[in-house]
Amino acid sequence: MCLAVPGRLEEWTDRDPLLARGWVVFGGVRHECHLACVPEAEVGDYVLVHAGIALNRIDIVAAEKLLRELRDAGEESPPSAEDEML
Amino acid sequence: MKYLDEFRHPGATESLLESIRRRVTKRWTIMEVCGGQTHGLLRYGIDEALADAVELIHGPGCPVCVTGAEVIDRAIELASIPNVLVTTFGDMLRVPGSRESLASARAAGALVRMVYSPLDAVALAEKHPELEVVFFAVGFETTAPATALAVLQAKRRGIENFSLLVAHVRVQPAMEAILCAPENRVQAFLAAGHVCTVVGCESYEDLCRRYEVPIVVTGFEPTDLATGIAACVEQLETSRHEVENRYDRVVQAEGNLRARQFVEDVFEACDRTWRGLGAMPLGGLRLRESWRDYDAERRFTAGALPQVVSSCRCRSGEVLSGRIKPPECAAFGGECRPEHPLGAPMVSGEGACAAYFQYHRPELRCEPRAVEGNA
Repeated sequence: MCLAVPGRLEEWTDRDPLLARGWVVFGGVRHECHLACVPEAEVGDYVLVHAGIALNRIDIVAAEKLLRELRDAGEESPPSAEDEML
Repeated sequence: MKYLDEFRHPGATESLLESIRRRVTKRWTIMEVCGGQTHGLLRYGIDEALADAVELIHGPGCPVCVTGAEVIDRAIELASIPNVLVTTFGDMLRVPGSRESLASARAAGALVRMVYSPLDAVALAEKHPELEVVFFAVGFETTAPATALAVLQAKRRGIENFSLLVAHVRVQPAMEAILCAPENRVQAFLAAGHVCTVVGCESYEDLCRRYEVPIVVTGFEPTDLATGIAACVEQLETSRHEVENRYDRVVQAEGNLRARQFVEDVFEACDRTWRGLGAMPLGGLRLRESWRDYDAERRFTAGALPQVVSSCRCRSGEVLSGRIKPPECAAFGGECRPEHPLGAPMVSGEGACAAYFQYHRPELRCEPRAVEGNA
C-alpha cells in the first residue's frame, strides 16, 4: 500500500500543473505516470512513484553518500548506483 | 532496479547488523511503523539476526488493516446500487466487512473493480459516463496526494460521475496513541519513509520532544532498515531523542510541499475509528466542505452504518499496537490463514500476520530467508 518504486523520467507528455504526466522507466518497463507533485523534475531524473504518481525526485547525491558510507563500513562493497545498468 | 538493488546489499547489511550487535548494552525495543518495513525486516531475516540485541515490534502501519468493517460495509452498499461502480486498490478487495468482502460482493453481482491509482478511477469515470464511479480511498499520507489529485483533476476536466468514499488515515495520531498507552513498550520508532516523503520529518519534532522518543525516518530495503535501526540504537545508547532522517534520498525536512498542498486543498483532519485500535482523535482525513459534492456517501446513501464489533477470536488490535506478535494469537496459522483470514492483518499484503505467516513458517519458504541480495 505504501510502497513506492524508483524510476527514471524519460519523457514529459504534459506539463500542466494539475495534469502533468510523463513516461517513467522502471528497470526496463515503461509506464506513463502523473508528475504534478514533481514539476521541477527533468528528463533523466529519478523519481519515486506510488499509486501512479511521482511523490518526489530521488536525490542522487544523498543516495551515493549513503552507499559510500555503507562501502566504508562493510567488508564487501555495495555497487555504486552510477555503475548500475538500467 | 537502480536506486533499489544497491540498498539490498548483503555484505553491507550484515556489517551493519554486526555493528548493532556490538553496540547494544541492553536489548532495546523499537517499533517499525509501516507494514512495508515489517515485511522487509522479516523477509530479510533482520528480526531474527538481531533477536538478542533489539526487539522489533510491529506498528499499525497498514491502512488496509485498520480500515473499519463498517466502511467496507458502506463500500459494498454503494457497489450494490445500480450503475455505481466501486473502485479501489487490490489488497482492499479481500478484507472482510461485517458479513462479506468487496470480492465476494463482486462475485454476487456488485460492480467492483481494482485500480492501481485513484487517477485510473477518474479515467474510468470519463470513459463510462453511464456509470457513477466511486473510488474507495484508503491509505496513509503517502496515498492522500494521489486521491486529492484525482478530485482536483475530475473538477478541472468536468467529470461529474466521480466521487470518493474516504477512509484515509493519518500515522502520527496512531503513534501518539501507542506512546500514551499504559502498556507501551516502544523506546524508539522507525518512521515510515514514504509517509515522510509527503509530510516531511519536521512534522515529527513535536512528538519526539514531548515523549522523549527517538524517531528515525528510514526506507524499506534491508540496508535502509539496518541503517535506521543502527541510528535508533545509537540514540538510545547515548540517551538522546531526536528526529533523524536516514532516508534523505527522498525525504526532506518539509516533505513535498506541492503534494502537501494538494492534500490541504481537498482534505481536512477528522476523528476516525481504526479497526482494532478504536477511536483515534484526528486519525483520519475527510473531504473539506467545499468538496462535499465528491462525497459518495452524501451522494448515494443516508445515515450511519452501525459500528461492527470485531471477532473475539481475532487479536489483530493487539498485533496492530505492538502488544503481541502474530504467533501469540491462538488462531494464527490454524483457524486464521491467508486463504481464510479472521482479521485484516492476515489479508493485506502488508499486514503483520501475513508477514509472519509468509516468512516465519519454514515449510512455506521458497528461498532462504537469510539476508541476501535481491528479493
